[in-house]
Amino acid sequence: MSNTPPTPNYEMPRTHYLNATYGSGLRSWLLTTDHKRIALLYLCSVTVFFFIGGVFATMIRIHLLTPTGALVTPETYNKLFTMHGVAMIFFFLIPSIPAVFGNFLIPLMIGAKDLAFPKINLLSWYIYIIGGCFVLYSFGTGGLDTGWTFYTPLSSVYSNSAVTPAVIGIFINGFSSILTGLNFIVTIHTMRAPGMTWFRLPLFAWAHYATSLVMILGTPVVAITLLLAGLERMFHLGFFNPALGGDPILFQHLFWFYSHPAVYIMILPAMGVVSEIIPTFARKPIFGYSFIAGSSIAIAVIGFLVWAHHMFVTGESTYAALTFSFLSYLVAIPSAVKVFNWTSTLYEGSISWDPPMIYALGFIGLFVIGGTTGLFLACLGLDIHIHDTYFVVAHFHYIMVGGAVMGYVGGLHFWWPKITGRLYPESLARFAAVVLFIGFNLTFFPQFILGYLGMPRRYHTYPPEFQVLNVLSTAGASILALGYLLPMIYLTWSMRYGRVAGPNPWPATGLEWKTESPPPTENFDVTPEVTWEPYDYSNRPDLGLAAPSPPAPAHSDD
Amino acid sequence: MLFITGVCVFFAAAITVAIVVFFFKYHRRAPNAVGIVTHEDSRLEAVWMIVPLILAMAMFGWGAVIYVDYRHTPQDTLDVYVIAKQWMWKIQQPNGLKEINELHVPVGRNIRLIMASEDVIHDFFVPAFRVKMDVIPGQHYNTMWFRPTKPGRYHFFCSQYCGTNHALMGGWVTVMEPSDYAAWLSGSSGGNANAAVAGEKLFAEKACITCHVANGTGRAPSLNGLYGAQVLLADGSTVIADEAYIRESILQPNAKIVARYPPSMPAFQGQLTEEQILALTAYIKSLQSQPVPEKGSGIAPPTGKR
Repeated sequence: MSNTPPTPNYEMPRTHYLNATYGSGLRSWLLTTDHKRIALLYLCSVTVFFFIGGVFATMIRIHLLTPTGALVTPETYNKLFTMHGVAMIFFFLIPSIPAVFGNFLIPLMIGAKDLAFPKINLLSWYIYIIGGCFVLYSFGTGGLDTGWTFYTPLSSVYSNSAVTPAVIGIFINGFSSILTGLNFIVTIHTMRAPGMTWFRLPLFAWAHYATSLVMILGTPVVAITLLLAGLERMFHLGFFNPALGGDPILFQHLFWFYSHPAVYIMILPAMGVVSEIIPTFARKPIFGYSFIAGSSIAIAVIGFLVWAHHMFVTGESTYAALTFSFLSYLVAIPSAVKVFNWTSTLYEGSISWDPPMIYALGFIGLFVIGGTTGLFLACLGLDIHIHDTYFVVAHFHYIMVGGAVMGYVGGLHFWWPKITGRLYPESLARFAAVVLFIGFNLTFFPQFILGYLGMPRRYHTYPPEFQVLNVLSTAGASILALGYLLPMIYLTWSMRYGRVAGPNPWPATGLEWKTESPPPTENFDVTPEVTWEPYDYSNRPDLGLAAPSPPAPAHSDD
Repeated sequence: MLFITGVCVFFAAAITVAIVVFFFKYHRRAPNAVGIVTHEDSRLEAVWMIVPLILAMAMFGWGAVIYVDYRHTPQDTLDVYVIAKQWMWKIQQPNGLKEINELHVPVGRNIRLIMASEDVIHDFFVPAFRVKMDVIPGQHYNTMWFRPTKPGRYHFFCSQYCGTNHALMGGWVTVMEPSDYAAWLSGSSGGNANAAVAGEKLFAEKACITCHVANGTGRAPSLNGLYGAQVLLADGSTVIADEAYIRESILQPNAKIVARYPPSMPAFQGQLTEEQILALTAYIKSLQSQPVPEKGSGIAPPTGKR
């Protein structure tokens, strides 16, 4: 592109974290304590789960082409959507950005050599793998047909599928999340480089700080809840089964106490990614830094107090419903604040059309639709109608796929040169971003209408009047699949053949760009000292950019 | 709905337009150009927190009014019993007529569904009426009400995932003119025992009658006149004897203990099918018009005495 500075012909650094030799081959990877290598271990493993979940999703969409179901039996269909949910949520979305980019970047961004507890970091990857093996075992031996929500007493008594290993797997996996969160919090508190004050932290680090709070406080609750469901299933202890004196609704309270905040585990890191990309490619400081940082914390805190909005039609007390609806509307405000600030940052920027920016702007577009449709669901009167319909399915896919996955893929494009030292084909990447955006909307927008018309979720067969919208959705899904396959192909290609990127190809202001690409094992040769404010392009002669135009006239009230 | 859609479409469109305009208008002019620094403006931040908050509160209020109305059942309802099980709906009209996956109701009446589940959680959902409610196994009924306004056939679905044939667990609501409904009820009721009659038989079979003696001389309170009355409990509080209370007292008698009576009744949790519980409840409800004995009833004395 003509609008990026002409790149000198960089050469790859001779030694970096990928080829540094301590031990050799596979062993040096499996026993590594380098946060960057662990991040890559996670990158590979979450990609495997993304692929597994994606195959299930493909089969679901093919099956729903016809009203009577085109592909599989009802039992298999139920297993498909359950395993799709479990693989995607617990083993892709929750670890994706934190465990890959958080791991890779937090020490680099704050100028540290590694996370605070490198060995615990490796341990959490092994825990993730062990948990993942249990879940794959469950998928392979009978599958799982309870829905990813494991509602009792269906899961604890009635289901004939392999619930127990799956529940154990998710229980184990929870510790991986907790340890990662703990590691991030301690690292951000204690290992910041000189000059890296709290309000000079990249917003990515703020978002991960908030995410880690949720991981530490929420995960134990869902772990123990699923364990109780498992114990009820194995030993007939009466926690949730009414026939044994238990309360099935109690399970929902405990489950959503984590699983609602878990939505913020998925979306907050993506918001962090977008908060990095926008100022970099608009080449100006982000608008409202402190408000974006504060809104991350606000989302994490209020997010803990909205769980029973999943239960408006369980017959819960009217007063509880009113309270949870009110709080759900409150949590919309910090999300709105972020969107307004990102948009304002673009104003009078110097906006490049590099691929990460296309992904980030796509993220905002999809997140706005996902977020505003949340207002419909938080509305008590409306939720009676659209609860448990395809409207909900569309809403959370807009947040989790349109939001979290867009952010993840955007982050992959932004930091890929830092991770691998090489650039990917830009036009192809831009094309893939547009394909993703179009495919995504075509897949999930029709589902809002389906839901409003009354099609319940988790149906393997449906009345014929819903067919047109389902076919549209399936058509969109095939475009979406292309949008995911393209980056997989050209990113892999670029690892060998891509142009060498150099330390700071965009250029960006973060500390991670002050070191070589790929970074050395110790991250920095000399501990960096931070003397500039975040996203400051005006006082950074080292970036080789033009002197800034005079700042916009100050407001009279400044 | 229109209000929320309007607000959401407005904001989504405004953001999208702003992004697209900025995207082209501020496209980078020279490879090394930087953006113009904009100062933070707390007034602007305050505006875009407060305006959405006000709009959100309007949405909240509107939705709350509808919800409170939905959860508050009006007087004078036509009560229909609904039992959900994997994977069918058993429905019982007030006169005892039973239907499966079909619900006939008269137009213009407030219909109340009193719902119980025999196994897992289900959910009764009529999209055309904008109503749904979970049907939960265990100690309480969920109820929901609606008032059909137009005769016709409407889909109903199970919308809470309940296992293999969840998607097949649906049927039709038929809304009829009241006269047609009456004719339908009398025309096809042959062979269906009235629920209260079946309940009376059960009441004897299960030996309830040995303690709950009608004239109040038994070890347990008489149930005459109980339905809808205030019951005085051992802890001094009172409770209205509605379907949920009656159900709970059969299944878990020790949950709420009637004043002046020892907690001696065995729990029937797991001993009765949902249909038997319905029959017993219907029978106890039918005793509403029976004379209440002076002694030997759980009904709270008029509040004037306190």
